[in-house]
Amino acid sequence: MANKAFSVSRLPGFSTMALLVFAALYLPILMLVLYSFNSGKSVAVWEGFTLDWYARAWANQQVKEVTVRSLVIASCASVVATVAATMAALGTTRRKAFKGQTFIYVMINQPLMVPEIVTAVALLIFFASIKVATGYQGLGYLIAAHSAFCIPFAYLPIRARLEGMDLTLETAAADLYASPWQTFRRVTLPLLAPGMIAGLMLAFVTSLDDVVITVFVKSAGQDTLPTYMLGQIRRQVTSEVNAISTVLLVLTVVLLTAFFFLTRKKD
Amino acid sequence: MTDTYAVEARDAVKEFGQGAGAVRALDTVSVAIRQGEFFTLLGPSGCGKTTLLRLIAGFDSPTSGTILLDGQDITDLPPNRRPVNTVFQSYALFPHLSVAENIGFGLEMLGRPKAEVEQRTAEMLALVKLEAMAGRKTAQLSGGQQQRVALARALAPKPKVLLLDEPLSALDLKLRKEMQGELKRLQLETGITFVFVTHDQEEALTMSDRIGVMSGGRILQIGSPREIYARPTNRFVADFIGETNFIPARIRGGAAHLAGGVELKIGQSRADGAATLAVRPEHLRLVPQGMAGALSATVSHSVYFGTDSHVHLKLLDGTELVARQQTDPDGAGEPKPGAVVGISFAPGAVQVLED
Ligand SMILES: Nc1ncnc2c1ncn2[C@@H]1O[C@H](COP(=O)(O)OP(=O)(O)OP(=O)(O)O)[C@@H](O)[C@H]1O
Ligand SMILES: [Mg+2]
Repeated sequence: MANKAFSVSRLPGFSTMALLVFAALYLPILMLVLYSFNSGKSVAVWEGFTLDWYARAWANQQVKEVTVRSLVIASCASVVATVAATMAALGTTRRKAFKGQTFIYVMINQPLMVPEIVTAVALLIFFASIKVATGYQGLGYLIAAHSAFCIPFAYLPIRARLEGMDLTLETAAADLYASPWQTFRRVTLPLLAPGMIAGLMLAFVTSLDDVVITVFVKSAGQDTLPTYMLGQIRRQVTSEVNAISTVLLVLTVVLLTAFFFLTRKKD
Repeated sequence: MTDTYAVEARDAVKEFGQGAGAVRALDTVSVAIRQGEFFTLLGPSGCGKTTLLRLIAGFDSPTSGTILLDGQDITDLPPNRRPVNTVFQSYALFPHLSVAENIGFGLEMLGRPKAEVEQRTAEMLALVKLEAMAGRKTAQLSGGQQQRVALARALAPKPKVLLLDEPLSALDLKLRKEMQGELKRLQLETGITFVFVTHDQEEALTMSDRIGVMSGGRILQIGSPREIYARPTNRFVADFIGETNFIPARIRGGAAHLAGGVELKIGQSRADGAATLAVRPEHLRLVPQGMAGALSATVSHSVYFGTDSHVHLKLLDGTELVARQQTDPDGAGEPKPGAVVGISFAPGAVQVLED
């Protein structure tokens, strides 16, 4: 010990703690993936390898229906959220510091701070009155709700990208006869694109696995994939749910990996 | 064409901030830059060079005063409507576009036909000798190549005036010398008026047709490199460009009276009173003590530089001077520390400063 430099990371117990936390994080996921290939009905006893659960889930009409609904909601919501977040990010970074700036950040990031359940109840009450007034029962409510809580997830990478952008480039475009709109279209937007795609993917993933707000806002027969799975598990834990979860997991990992590569500093 | 200036600033003032905290970056600057001229703004950091360029380019508008281009008032014109282009210190090349797309950007924004844009881009690539790099992204270029792309991009739309804000300061010495020649060649070939910013006096002296020396938000003197160097009108200019000796004197009856009863004829007509004389170290001659018209001084020490040596001297009143002397191989003529010598100078080498 005497000749080793002191380091906080080498305090006894730290690495053990880290390992335990890692195990708690990843063992359950590992089990889930493993048992999605289990040929027995049990989700606790291993009986052999099969792809049966995947086939069943694939053939299940209800699973198809809720998956499509989830994808529709996530696609619409992430696009709306990204557009709104882009405008918000441009509005908050492309100007001198102003009074109430912090307040606006908090407002934009509200879904990250306010407990989801509070937002859910608020939306339920708000939408209920609209339902009564208009009679509209469609997916619009879910899309609106998802768009709202996805905005901060889209906003953060876009703002980071904007803040790292060299403003001289826009000055140079103006110097080279580009109108403000052309400058935005030909310089700002292309440079912002990686941030926007990252934001879009983050918003998409966030929308795809939301349960709390969805449960509160959805009308009868508007189950999404996560709320459907929740319903299934309430009755009986099946390996079919494991299989669906595994597919969701793979999708998420793929999107987040892409997100990582997009936000990584290149130049 | 010759009766209008390419660019003019009239009483331009630029203040940043308001009230007590306001910074006056430009203080009533007036300058008229001629057609086809290589004009340099020279001055220390923070003197307002960039601010003046930004007013000409239209990135900022003056607090008061007017900017004219070809005799037309353009003070309120936005930058994209001014036929003026800029080479930025950081180059500011568009990283998502290729070299050719960068160069064609200006013409494209002007809505020129595709064929014309392509032809002009090819011309510019040839002009800056980057034909082989047309398809590359700008991040894949060396500093010198990026510099050339920035130049080509700014020259492609044939601006009336090209503004260059310390374009060479990011380059190493060798490349810098090379680009100085290149810039001069481009200016002669295109005939475009160049307004060049630098804080490097040697760069300014070697490249410019005329120089405007700036300090503290003002232009102190405008003139050819020779005028600026040989005939500085004030102490700052004399001190900032090259090395200078300052000698206190009294002007009386068209002659300068120095300490020790020495009298010098001066070429300039000046009112009587106290003044400062400026003499370059290479124009001081060491002569035997007691020679007529010579100041007497004590040698403090001398520093050997190879081709010449700098002899540090002290006048009787304590004024310190430096004389630059040619060296001889054996060092026989070198004055020894403590020796008392005479200093003489040709009247033409002495400049009376207004201060
Ligand atoms: N946007 C701004 N806000 C406040 N003050 C500014 C701003 N731009 C410039 N200044 C001030 O104005 C003065 C002149 O600045 P300017 O950039 O023109 O100097 P410069 O001669 O280009 O210096 P350098 O050689 O360092 O580039 C400086 O004191 C600077 O601090
Ligand atoms: Mg500057």
